[in-house]
Amino acid sequence: MHPAPSIIAFTTLSGLGLGLLVFLGLGLVTPTGLAAVLWFGLGYALTLAGLAFSTFHLGHPERALKAFSQWRSSWLSREAVLAAAALLVIAPHAAGLVFWQTPLPGFGLIGGILCLLTILATAMIYAQLRTVPRWNHWTTPALFLLSGLTGGAILAGLSLIAQLLLAWLAVILALHWLLGDKQFALRGSTLGTATGLGGRGTVRQLEPPHSGQNYLLREMVYVVARKHALKLRILALIGACVLPSILLWIAPFSILSLIAAALIHLAGMLASRWLFFAEAEHVVGLYYGQR
Amino acid sequence: MTTLPQSTERKLGLVIDLDTCVGCHACVVSCKGWNTENYGAPLSDVDPYGADPVGTFLNRVHSYEVTPDDGVNAFTVHMPKSCLHCDDAPCVTVCPTGASFKRAEDGIVLVNEQDCIGCGLCAWACPYGAREMDALAGVMKKCTLCVDRIYNENLPEEDRVPSCVRTCPAGARHFGDLGDETSAVSQLVADRGGMDLMPEQGTKPVNKYLPPRLRDALPAAPVTAKTAEPGTEGLDGFLGWIDRTLTRF
Repeated sequence: MHPAPSIIAFTTLSGLGLGLLVFLGLGLVTPTGLAAVLWFGLGYALTLAGLAFSTFHLGHPERALKAFSQWRSSWLSREAVLAAAALLVIAPHAAGLVFWQTPLPGFGLIGGILCLLTILATAMIYAQLRTVPRWNHWTTPALFLLSGLTGGAILAGLSLIAQLLLAWLAVILALHWLLGDKQFALRGSTLGTATGLGGRGTVRQLEPPHSGQNYLLREMVYVVARKHALKLRILALIGACVLPSILLWIAPFSILSLIAAALIHLAGMLASRWLFFAEAEHVVGLYYGQR
Repeated sequence: MTTLPQSTERKLGLVIDLDTCVGCHACVVSCKGWNTENYGAPLSDVDPYGADPVGTFLNRVHSYEVTPDDGVNAFTVHMPKSCLHCDDAPCVTVCPTGASFKRAEDGIVLVNEQDCIGCGLCAWACPYGAREMDALAGVMKKCTLCVDRIYNENLPEEDRVPSCVRTCPAGARHFGDLGDETSAVSQLVADRGGMDLMPEQGTKPVNKYLPPRLRDALPAAPVTAKTAEPGTEGLDGFLGWIDRTLTRF
Protein backbone atom coordinates (compact mmCIF):
# COMPACT_ATOMS: atom_id res chain seq x y z
CA MET A 1 0.00 0.00 0.00
CA HIS A 2 1.12 3.52 -0.73
CA PRO A 3 2.57 5.04 2.46
CA ALA A 4 0.93 8.47 2.24
CA PRO A 5 2.73 10.86 4.64
CA SER A 6 -0.62 12.40 5.67
CA ILE A 7 -1.97 9.05 6.88
CA ILE A 8 1.29 8.10 8.62
CA ALA A 9 1.33 11.45 10.45
CA PHE A 10 -2.38 11.17 11.25
CA THR A 11 -2.32 7.68 12.77
CA THR A 12 0.92 8.26 14.69
CA LEU A 13 0.18 11.72 16.11
CA SER A 14 -3.46 11.12 16.96
CA GLY A 15 -2.54 7.78 18.56
CA LEU A 16 0.08 9.54 20.69
CA GLY A 17 -2.27 12.37 21.71
CA LEU A 18 -5.13 10.02 22.53
CA GLY A 19 -2.75 7.78 24.49
CA LEU A 20 -1.72 10.77 26.61
CA LEU A 21 -5.36 11.75 27.15
CA VAL A 22 -6.12 8.18 28.31
CA PHE A 23 -3.68 8.56 31.22
CA LEU A 24 -4.81 12.11 31.98
CA GLY A 25 -8.45 11.05 31.82
CA LEU A 26 -8.04 7.99 34.00
CA GLY A 27 -6.34 10.22 36.56
CA LEU A 28 -2.97 8.45 36.63
CA VAL A 29 -1.52 11.94 36.50
CA THR A 30 -3.54 14.91 37.75
CA PRO A 31 -1.69 18.10 36.83
CA THR A 32 -3.31 21.36 37.87
CA GLY A 33 -3.11 24.96 36.69
CA LEU A 34 -0.47 25.74 34.10
CA ALA A 35 0.84 22.16 34.08
CA ALA A 36 -2.68 20.96 33.23
CA VAL A 37 -2.88 23.52 30.40
CA LEU A 38 0.39 22.21 28.98
CA TRP A 39 -0.38 18.51 29.36
CA PHE A 40 -3.99 18.56 28.19
CA GLY A 41 -2.97 21.08 25.53
CA LEU A 42 -0.35 18.64 24.25
CA GLY A 43 -2.87 15.79 24.17
CA TYR A 44 -5.45 17.88 22.34
CA ALA A 45 -2.87 19.42 19.99
CA LEU A 46 -1.42 16.06 18.93
CA THR A 47 -4.86 14.53 18.42
CA LEU A 48 -6.22 17.50 16.49
CA ALA A 49 -3.03 17.80 14.42
CA GLY A 50 -3.40 14.14 13.51
CA LEU A 51 -7.02 14.60 12.54
CA ALA A 52 -6.09 17.68 10.48
CA PHE A 53 -3.44 15.65 8.63
CA SER A 54 -6.06 12.99 7.90
CA THR A 55 -8.09 15.49 5.86
CA PHE A 56 -5.09 16.15 3.57
CA HIS A 57 -5.58 12.90 1.71
CA LEU A 58 -9.26 13.52 1.05
CA GLY A 59 -10.44 14.43 -2.43
CA HIS A 60 -13.13 16.67 -0.89
CA PRO A 61 -12.11 17.77 2.64
CA GLU A 62 -14.92 20.35 2.66
CA ARG A 63 -17.40 17.48 2.92
CA ALA A 64 -15.60 15.87 5.90
CA LEU A 65 -18.56 16.43 8.24
CA LYS A 66 -20.53 13.86 6.25
CA ALA A 67 -18.13 11.25 7.66
CA PHE A 68 -19.92 11.42 11.03
CA SER A 69 -23.07 9.84 9.61
CA GLN A 70 -22.35 6.14 9.01
CA TRP A 71 -21.21 4.96 12.44
CA ARG A 72 -23.53 1.97 12.25
CA SER A 73 -21.47 0.26 9.55
CA SER A 74 -18.20 2.11 8.94
CA TRP A 75 -15.14 2.05 11.20
CA LEU A 76 -13.90 5.27 9.61
CA SER A 77 -17.13 7.00 10.58
CA ARG A 78 -16.99 5.47 14.08
CA GLU A 79 -13.48 6.85 14.45
CA ALA A 80 -14.67 10.36 13.62
CA VAL A 81 -17.62 10.14 16.03
CA LEU A 82 -15.53 8.59 18.84
CA ALA A 83 -12.71 11.12 18.44
CA ALA A 84 -15.14 14.04 18.67
CA ALA A 85 -16.93 12.44 21.65
CA ALA A 86 -13.65 11.70 23.45
CA LEU A 87 -12.35 15.25 23.07
CA LEU A 88 -15.68 16.74 24.19
CA VAL A 89 -16.21 14.45 27.18
CA ILE A 90 -12.70 14.89 28.54
CA ALA A 91 -12.93 18.70 28.28
CA PRO A 92 -14.82 19.31 31.58
CA HIS A 93 -12.24 17.14 33.40
CA ALA A 94 -9.44 19.20 31.84
CA ALA A 95 -11.22 22.48 32.65
CA GLY A 96 -11.75 21.38 36.26
CA LEU A 97 -8.03 20.73 36.67
CA VAL A 98 -6.97 23.91 34.89
CA PHE A 99 -9.30 26.40 36.56
CA TRP A 100 -10.39 24.88 39.89
CA GLN A 101 -7.60 22.35 40.64
CA THR A 102 -10.42 19.79 40.82
CA PRO A 103 -10.55 16.63 38.71
CA LEU A 104 -13.93 15.45 37.46
CA PRO A 105 -13.26 11.70 37.53
CA GLY A 106 -16.54 10.74 35.86
CA PHE A 107 -15.83 12.78 32.75
CA GLY A 108 -12.18 11.74 32.91
CA LEU A 109 -12.95 8.03 33.10
CA ILE A 110 -15.52 8.02 30.29
CA GLY A 111 -13.32 10.34 28.19
CA GLY A 112 -10.31 8.07 28.73
CA ILE A 113 -12.28 5.02 27.63
CA LEU A 114 -13.55 6.92 24.58
CA CYS A 115 -9.92 7.81 23.73
CA LEU A 116 -9.02 4.11 23.86
CA LEU A 117 -11.99 3.23 21.68
CA THR A 118 -10.96 5.92 19.19
CA ILE A 119 -7.52 4.34 18.82
CA LEU A 120 -9.24 0.96 18.39
CA ALA A 121 -11.50 2.40 15.67
CA THR A 122 -8.46 3.79 13.83
CA ALA A 123 -6.87 0.36 13.94
CA MET A 124 -10.05 -1.36 12.77
CA ILE A 125 -10.14 0.80 9.62
CA TYR A 126 -7.10 -1.20 8.56
CA ALA A 127 -7.73 -4.47 10.40
CA GLN A 128 -11.16 -4.91 8.78
CA LEU A 129 -9.73 -5.08 5.23
CA ARG A 130 -9.70 -8.67 4.06
CA THR A 131 -8.01 -7.40 0.90
CA VAL A 132 -4.81 -6.64 2.83
CA PRO A 133 -3.98 -9.88 4.68
CA ARG A 134 -1.13 -8.35 6.69
CA TRP A 135 -3.52 -5.86 8.29
CA ASN A 136 -6.48 -8.21 8.61
CA HIS A 137 -5.02 -9.72 11.79
CA TRP A 138 -5.33 -9.26 15.56
CA THR A 139 -1.85 -7.76 15.78
CA THR A 140 -3.10 -4.59 14.04
CA PRO A 141 -5.44 -3.38 16.83
CA ALA A 142 -2.95 -4.63 19.43
CA LEU A 143 -0.18 -2.61 17.78
CA PHE A 144 -2.22 0.60 17.47
CA LEU A 145 -3.50 0.42 21.06
CA LEU A 146 -0.08 -0.38 22.52
CA SER A 147 1.77 2.25 20.51
CA GLY A 148 -0.73 4.94 21.51
CA LEU A 149 -0.59 3.95 25.18
CA THR A 150 3.20 3.64 25.21
CA GLY A 151 3.75 7.09 23.72
CA GLY A 152 1.08 8.45 26.06
CA ALA A 153 2.77 6.97 29.11
CA ILE A 154 6.12 8.51 28.14
CA LEU A 155 4.48 11.90 27.58
CA ALA A 156 2.63 11.58 30.88
CA GLY A 157 5.97 10.96 32.63
CA LEU A 158 4.82 7.57 33.95
CA SER A 159 8.24 5.94 33.64
CA LEU A 160 7.41 2.58 35.20
CA ILE A 161 4.23 2.04 33.16
CA ALA A 162 6.09 3.25 30.06
CA GLN A 163 8.83 0.66 30.65
CA LEU A 164 6.27 -2.16 30.84
CA LEU A 165 4.43 -0.91 27.75
CA LEU A 166 7.69 -0.46 25.79
CA ALA A 167 8.51 -4.13 26.36
CA TRP A 168 5.04 -5.20 25.21
CA LEU A 169 5.21 -2.86 22.22
CA ALA A 170 8.48 -4.48 21.14
CA VAL A 171 6.87 -7.92 21.33
CA ILE A 172 3.79 -6.86 19.37
CA LEU A 173 5.85 -5.04 16.74
CA ALA A 174 7.91 -8.18 16.19
CA LEU A 175 4.78 -10.37 16.09
CA HIS A 176 3.06 -8.01 13.65
CA TRP A 177 6.06 -8.27 11.33
CA LEU A 178 6.76 -11.98 11.66
CA LEU A 179 3.14 -13.21 11.60
CA GLY A 180 2.27 -10.56 9.02
CA ASP A 181 4.88 -11.94 6.62
CA LYS A 182 2.89 -15.19 6.42
CA GLN A 183 -0.66 -13.87 6.14
CA PHE A 184 -0.81 -13.34 2.38
CA ALA A 185 0.19 -16.92 1.63
CA LEU A 186 -2.11 -18.26 4.38
CA ARG A 187 -5.17 -16.64 2.80
CA GLY A 188 -4.60 -18.63 -0.37
CA SER A 189 -5.28 -15.84 -2.87
CA THR A 190 -3.21 -16.34 -6.01
CA LEU A 191 -3.42 -15.28 -9.64
CA GLY A 192 -5.15 -18.65 -10.05
CA THR A 193 -8.02 -17.75 -7.70
CA ALA A 194 -8.08 -14.14 -8.89
CA THR A 195 -8.72 -15.23 -12.48
CA GLY A 196 -10.56 -18.45 -11.63
CA LEU A 197 -8.19 -20.21 -14.02
CA GLY A 198 -5.88 -21.83 -11.45
CA GLY A 199 -7.49 -25.23 -11.96
CA ARG A 200 -6.48 -25.21 -15.60
CA GLY A 201 -2.75 -24.81 -15.09
CA THR A 202 -0.21 -22.14 -14.23
CA VAL A 203 -1.48 -18.60 -14.81
CA ARG A 204 0.94 -15.84 -15.73
CA GLN A 205 0.38 -12.24 -16.73
CA LEU A 206 0.90 -11.93 -20.45
CA GLU A 207 -0.01 -8.28 -20.93
CA PRO A 208 -1.23 -5.65 -18.45
CA PRO A 209 -4.38 -3.68 -19.34
CA HIS A 210 -2.37 -0.58 -20.21
CA SER A 211 1.26 0.35 -20.66
CA GLY A 212 1.29 3.15 -18.07
CA GLN A 213 0.50 3.74 -14.42
CA ASN A 214 -2.94 3.90 -12.87
CA TYR A 215 -4.61 4.77 -9.56
CA LEU A 216 -4.72 1.13 -8.45
CA LEU A 217 -1.02 0.54 -9.04
CA ARG A 218 0.03 3.77 -7.33
CA GLU A 219 -2.27 3.32 -4.37
CA MET A 220 -2.20 -0.42 -3.76
CA VAL A 221 0.72 -2.06 -5.54
CA TYR A 222 3.55 -0.18 -3.85
CA VAL A 223 6.74 -2.20 -3.90
CA VAL A 224 9.50 0.30 -3.06
CA ALA A 225 9.80 -0.64 0.62
CA ARG A 226 10.80 -4.25 0.39
CA LYS A 227 14.46 -3.69 -0.41
CA HIS A 228 15.36 -2.17 2.96
CA ALA A 229 12.55 -3.66 5.01
CA LEU A 230 14.73 -5.62 7.43
CA LYS A 231 17.07 -2.70 8.18
CA LEU A 232 14.10 -0.39 8.71
CA ARG A 233 12.43 -2.88 11.04
CA ILE A 234 15.54 -3.01 13.21
CA LEU A 235 15.88 0.79 13.23
CA ALA A 236 12.18 1.19 14.05
CA LEU A 237 12.41 -1.29 16.92
CA ILE A 238 15.50 0.42 18.35
CA GLY A 239 13.92 3.87 18.04
CA ALA A 240 10.40 3.02 19.19
CA CYS A 241 11.31 0.69 22.06
CA VAL A 242 14.98 0.05 22.90
CA LEU A 243 16.43 3.58 23.14
CA PRO A 244 13.44 5.09 25.04
CA SER A 245 13.60 2.17 27.46
CA ILE A 246 17.31 2.72 28.10
CA LEU A 247 16.76 6.48 28.59
CA LEU A 248 13.92 5.92 31.05
CA TRP A 249 16.03 3.35 32.90
CA ILE A 250 19.01 5.70 33.22
CA ALA A 251 17.05 8.80 34.25
CA PRO A 252 13.40 7.97 34.93
CA PHE A 253 12.51 11.30 36.54
CA SER A 254 14.46 13.73 34.38
CA ILE A 255 12.38 15.97 32.15
CA LEU A 256 15.12 16.02 29.53
CA SER A 257 15.32 12.24 29.37
CA LEU A 258 11.52 12.03 29.09
CA ILE A 259 11.48 14.54 26.23
CA ALA A 260 14.33 12.74 24.46
CA ALA A 261 12.63 9.37 24.99
CA ALA A 262 9.35 10.74 23.61
CA LEU A 263 11.01 12.22 20.50
CA ILE A 264 13.05 9.08 19.75
CA HIS A 265 9.97 6.93 20.34
CA LEU A 266 8.00 9.12 17.93
CA ALA A 267 10.71 8.81 15.26
CA GLY A 268 10.76 5.02 15.69
CA MET A 269 6.96 4.85 15.52
CA LEU A 270 6.91 6.97 12.34
CA ALA A 271 9.36 4.53 10.75
CA SER A 272 7.33 1.53 11.87
CA ARG A 273 4.09 3.16 10.66
CA TRP A 274 5.73 3.80 7.29
CA LEU A 275 6.56 0.09 7.14
CA PHE A 276 3.00 -0.76 8.24
CA PHE A 277 1.75 0.76 4.99
CA ALA A 278 4.68 0.15 2.67
CA GLU A 279 4.96 -3.56 3.46
CA ALA A 280 1.23 -4.24 3.23
CA GLU A 281 0.27 -6.08 0.07
CA HIS A 282 -3.19 -5.74 -1.47
CA VAL A 283 -4.67 -8.73 -3.31
CA VAL A 284 -5.45 -6.57 -6.37
CA GLY A 285 -1.71 -6.72 -7.13
CA LEU A 286 -2.26 -10.33 -8.18
CA TYR A 287 -4.14 -9.16 -11.29
CA TYR A 288 -1.02 -7.23 -12.27
CA GLY A 289 1.33 -10.15 -11.72
CA GLN A 290 2.52 -8.60 -8.45
CA ARG A 291 1.82 -9.01 -4.80
CA MET B 1 -27.03 4.06 4.95
CA THR B 2 -23.97 2.12 3.98
CA THR B 3 -25.33 -1.08 5.39
CA LEU B 4 -26.08 -3.65 2.71
CA PRO B 5 -29.66 -4.61 1.83
CA GLN B 6 -30.66 -8.03 3.22
CA SER B 7 -31.54 -9.12 -0.29
CA THR B 8 -32.19 -7.41 -3.58
CA GLU B 9 -35.28 -7.81 -5.77
CA ARG B 10 -33.13 -8.42 -8.81
CA LYS B 11 -29.42 -9.04 -9.27
CA LEU B 12 -28.49 -7.19 -12.42
CA GLY B 13 -25.01 -8.01 -13.59
CA LEU B 14 -22.71 -9.16 -16.35
CA VAL B 15 -21.66 -12.56 -17.56
CA ILE B 16 -18.33 -12.42 -19.34
CA ASP B 17 -17.28 -15.24 -21.63
CA LEU B 18 -13.54 -15.79 -21.38
CA ASP B 19 -13.77 -18.27 -24.24
CA THR B 20 -15.07 -15.64 -26.64
CA CYS B 21 -13.31 -12.45 -25.56
CA VAL B 22 -10.67 -11.55 -28.12
CA GLY B 23 -9.06 -8.81 -26.03
CA CYS B 24 -9.84 -5.97 -28.43
CA HIS B 25 -10.50 -3.41 -25.63
CA ALA B 26 -13.58 -2.05 -27.45
CA CYS B 27 -15.55 -2.37 -24.18
CA VAL B 28 -12.89 -0.29 -22.42
CA VAL B 29 -13.17 2.49 -24.98
CA SER B 30 -16.97 2.52 -25.14
CA CYS B 31 -17.17 2.50 -21.31
CA LYS B 32 -14.81 5.42 -21.07
CA GLY B 33 -16.77 7.28 -23.74
CA TRP B 34 -20.25 6.71 -22.30
CA ASN B 35 -19.26 7.41 -18.73
CA THR B 36 -17.36 10.54 -19.64
CA GLU B 37 -20.22 12.03 -21.64
CA ASN B 38 -23.10 11.06 -19.35
CA TYR B 39 -23.85 10.50 -15.64
CA GLY B 40 -21.42 11.81 -13.03
CA ALA B 41 -17.98 13.38 -13.13
CA PRO B 42 -16.19 12.65 -16.42
CA LEU B 43 -13.44 10.01 -16.41
CA SER B 44 -10.44 12.28 -16.60
CA ASP B 45 -7.04 11.77 -18.15
CA VAL B 46 -3.96 13.44 -16.74
CA ASP B 47 -1.13 14.23 -19.17
CA PRO B 48 -2.95 12.34 -21.96
CA TYR B 49 -0.53 13.30 -24.73
CA GLY B 50 2.58 13.57 -22.56
CA ALA B 51 5.23 11.17 -21.34
CA ASP B 52 3.27 9.74 -18.41
CA PRO B 53 -0.42 9.52 -19.28
CA VAL B 54 -2.74 8.30 -16.50
CA GLY B 55 -6.49 8.04 -16.66
CA THR B 56 -9.57 6.76 -14.88
CA PHE B 57 -11.19 3.64 -16.32
CA LEU B 58 -14.12 1.61 -15.01
CA ASN B 59 -13.27 -1.42 -17.09
CA ARG B 60 -9.85 -2.77 -17.99
CA VAL B 61 -8.84 -5.84 -19.98
CA HIS B 62 -6.04 -8.01 -18.60
CA SER B 63 -4.38 -10.75 -20.64
CA TYR B 64 -3.07 -13.96 -19.11
CA GLU B 65 -1.33 -17.07 -20.31
CA VAL B 66 -2.36 -20.43 -18.86
CA THR B 67 0.03 -23.34 -19.16
CA PRO B 68 -1.58 -26.69 -18.30
CA ASP B 69 0.38 -28.97 -16.01
CA ASP B 70 1.51 -31.19 -18.91
CA GLY B 71 3.27 -28.17 -20.37
CA VAL B 72 1.66 -28.32 -23.82
CA ASN B 73 -1.28 -26.50 -25.36
CA ALA B 74 -0.80 -23.30 -23.39
CA PHE B 75 -3.53 -20.77 -24.13
CA THR B 76 -4.22 -17.07 -23.77
CA VAL B 77 -7.16 -15.62 -21.83
CA HIS B 78 -8.33 -12.03 -22.10
CA MET B 79 -10.12 -10.95 -18.95
CA PRO B 80 -12.16 -7.76 -18.90
CA LYS B 81 -12.59 -6.65 -15.30
CA SER B 82 -15.04 -4.13 -13.88
CA CYS B 83 -17.21 -3.88 -10.75
CA LEU B 84 -18.76 -7.28 -9.93
CA HIS B 85 -21.68 -5.66 -8.00
CA CYS B 86 -21.06 -8.07 -5.11
CA ASP B 87 -23.92 -9.22 -2.88
CA ASP B 88 -21.61 -8.80 0.11
CA ALA B 89 -19.83 -5.70 -1.15
CA PRO B 90 -17.08 -4.67 1.31
CA CYS B 91 -16.71 -1.31 -0.48
CA VAL B 92 -20.19 -0.26 0.65
CA THR B 93 -19.94 -0.93 4.38
CA VAL B 94 -16.58 0.83 4.82
CA CYS B 95 -17.88 4.13 3.40
CA PRO B 96 -17.99 6.77 6.16
CA THR B 97 -20.40 9.16 4.43
CA GLY B 98 -23.08 6.95 2.93
CA ALA B 99 -21.94 7.87 -0.60
CA SER B 100 -21.48 4.19 -1.47
CA PHE B 101 -24.62 2.11 -1.60
CA LYS B 102 -26.13 -1.03 -3.06
CA ARG B 103 -29.62 -0.62 -4.48
CA ALA B 104 -32.28 -2.91 -3.00
CA GLU B 105 -34.29 -2.93 -6.24
CA ASP B 106 -31.66 -4.21 -8.67
CA GLY B 107 -28.46 -4.80 -6.70
CA ILE B 108 -26.39 -2.19 -8.53
CA VAL B 109 -23.55 -0.73 -6.42
CA LEU B 110 -23.29 3.01 -6.94
CA VAL B 111 -21.51 6.09 -5.59
CA ASN B 112 -23.39 9.28 -4.84
CA GLU B 113 -20.69 11.70 -5.97
CA GLN B 114 -22.17 14.62 -4.03
CA ASP B 115 -21.54 12.77 -0.75
CA CYS B 116 -18.12 11.24 -1.60
CA ILE B 117 -15.24 12.81 0.34
CA GLY B 118 -12.63 10.96 -1.72
CA CYS B 119 -11.05 9.09 1.20
CA GLY B 120 -10.30 6.07 -0.97
CA LEU B 121 -11.17 3.46 1.66
CA CYS B 122 -13.73 1.72 -0.60
CA ALA B 123 -11.05 1.21 -3.25
CA TRP B 124 -8.85 -0.40 -0.58
CA ALA B 125 -11.72 -2.67 0.47
CA CYS B 126 -12.33 -3.96 -3.08
CA PRO B 127 -10.27 -7.05 -3.96
CA TYR B 128 -10.86 -6.59 -7.69
CA GLY B 129 -9.56 -3.09 -8.29
CA ALA B 130 -12.99 -2.05 -9.50
CA ARG B 131 -12.93 1.44 -8.00
CA GLU B 132 -10.67 4.25 -9.09
CA MET B 133 -10.43 7.73 -7.63
CA ASP B 134 -10.68 10.33 -10.34
CA ALA B 135 -7.57 12.50 -10.16
CA LEU B 136 -9.36 15.69 -11.23
CA ALA B 137 -12.82 15.27 -9.71
CA GLY B 138 -11.48 13.88 -6.40
CA VAL B 139 -14.38 11.43 -6.12
CA MET B 140 -14.55 7.67 -6.43
CA LYS B 141 -15.60 6.34 -9.83
CA LYS B 142 -16.90 2.87 -10.53
CA CYS B 143 -19.01 0.89 -12.99
CA THR B 144 -22.67 1.94 -12.73
CA LEU B 145 -23.80 -0.95 -14.93
CA CYS B 146 -24.77 1.99 -17.16
CA VAL B 147 -27.72 2.76 -14.91
CA ASP B 148 -28.35 5.76 -17.17
CA ARG B 149 -28.79 3.47 -20.22
CA ILE B 150 -30.57 0.36 -18.97
CA TYR B 151 -33.69 2.24 -17.77
CA ASN B 152 -33.46 5.04 -20.33
CA GLU B 153 -36.62 5.12 -22.39
CA ASN B 154 -35.18 7.78 -24.66
CA LEU B 155 -32.90 5.14 -26.12
CA PRO B 156 -33.99 2.47 -28.62
CA GLU B 157 -34.68 -0.77 -26.78
CA GLU B 158 -31.61 -2.58 -28.11
CA ASP B 159 -29.42 0.14 -26.58
CA ARG B 160 -30.82 -0.31 -23.06
CA VAL B 161 -27.90 -2.50 -22.00
CA PRO B 162 -24.52 -1.43 -20.59
CA SER B 163 -22.32 0.27 -23.14
CA CYS B 164 -19.65 -2.47 -22.95
CA VAL B 165 -22.23 -5.16 -23.71
CA ARG B 166 -23.69 -3.19 -26.64
CA THR B 167 -20.21 -2.61 -28.06
CA CYS B 168 -18.56 -6.03 -27.74
CA PRO B 169 -17.97 -7.21 -31.31
CA ALA B 170 -17.38 -10.81 -30.20
CA GLY B 171 -20.57 -11.18 -28.14
CA ALA B 172 -18.49 -12.04 -25.10
CA ARG B 173 -20.49 -9.89 -22.68
CA HIS B 174 -24.01 -10.62 -21.50
CA PHE B 175 -26.29 -8.52 -19.31
CA GLY B 176 -29.27 -9.67 -17.28
CA ASP B 177 -30.81 -10.63 -13.96
CA LEU B 178 -28.63 -13.21 -12.24
CA GLY B 179 -31.15 -13.52 -9.42
CA ASP B 180 -33.69 -15.05 -11.80
CA GLU B 181 -32.82 -18.69 -12.49
CA THR B 182 -34.75 -18.68 -15.73
CA SER B 183 -32.99 -15.67 -17.25
CA ALA B 184 -30.72 -16.15 -20.24
CA VAL B 185 -27.65 -15.12 -18.25
CA SER B 186 -28.44 -17.55 -15.42
CA GLN B 187 -28.89 -20.35 -17.97
CA LEU B 188 -25.54 -19.45 -19.49
CA VAL B 189 -23.87 -19.58 -16.09
CA ALA B 190 -25.46 -22.96 -15.33
CA ASP B 191 -24.55 -24.45 -18.73
CA ARG B 192 -20.98 -23.24 -18.86
CA GLY B 193 -19.95 -23.48 -15.20
CA GLY B 194 -19.80 -19.74 -14.55
CA MET B 195 -17.37 -18.87 -11.79
CA ASP B 196 -16.65 -16.22 -9.16
CA LEU B 197 -13.36 -14.33 -9.00
CA MET B 198 -11.47 -14.71 -5.70
CA PRO B 199 -14.33 -16.53 -3.91
CA GLU B 200 -12.12 -16.79 -0.81
CA GLN B 201 -12.65 -13.06 -0.24
CA GLY B 202 -16.29 -13.78 0.62
CA THR B 203 -17.68 -10.95 -1.49
CA LYS B 204 -20.28 -13.08 -3.34
CA PRO B 205 -19.90 -11.37 -6.71
CA VAL B 206 -23.00 -11.08 -8.92
CA ASN B 207 -20.98 -10.91 -12.16
CA LYS B 208 -19.85 -14.30 -13.37
CA TYR B 209 -17.06 -15.39 -15.69
CA LEU B 210 -17.46 -18.29 -18.11
CA PRO B 211 -14.23 -20.31 -18.21
CA PRO B 212 -12.57 -21.02 -21.56
CA ARG B 213 -13.87 -24.24 -23.15
CA LEU B 214 -11.52 -27.21 -23.06
CA ARG B 215 -9.35 -27.28 -26.17
CA ASP B 216 -8.83 -30.31 -28.40
CA ALA B 217 -5.74 -32.18 -27.34
CA LEU B 218 -3.32 -32.91 -30.17
CA PRO B 219 -2.72 -36.66 -30.66
CA ALA B 220 1.05 -36.24 -30.45
CA ALA B 221 3.28 -33.62 -28.99
CA PRO B 222 3.46 -30.74 -31.49
CA VAL B 223 6.63 -30.18 -33.49
CA THR B 224 8.56 -27.52 -31.68
CA ALA B 225 12.15 -26.37 -31.93
CA LYS B 226 13.08 -28.98 -29.37
CA THR B 227 11.59 -31.94 -31.21
CA ALA B 228 12.90 -30.78 -34.60
CA GLU B 229 16.53 -31.67 -33.92
CA PRO B 230 18.29 -32.55 -37.24
CA GLY B 231 18.71 -36.28 -37.79
CA THR B 232 19.63 -38.50 -40.74
CA GLU B 233 18.57 -41.96 -39.63
CA GLY B 234 16.85 -43.98 -42.36
CA LEU B 235 18.02 -41.76 -45.23
CA ASP B 236 18.73 -43.67 -48.49
CA GLY B 237 19.16 -42.92 -52.19
CA PHE B 238 21.05 -39.79 -53.24
CA LEU B 239 20.58 -37.93 -49.91
CA GLY B 240 21.72 -41.07 -48.04
CA TRP B 241 24.88 -41.22 -50.21
CA ILE B 242 25.61 -37.51 -49.49
CA ASP B 243 25.07 -38.09 -45.75
CA ARG B 244 27.39 -41.12 -45.70
CA THR B 245 30.04 -39.34 -47.79
CA LEU B 246 30.01 -36.16 -45.66
CA THR B 247 30.10 -38.21 -42.45
CA ARG B 248 33.34 -39.89 -43.65
CA PHE B 249 35.18 -36.55 -43.94
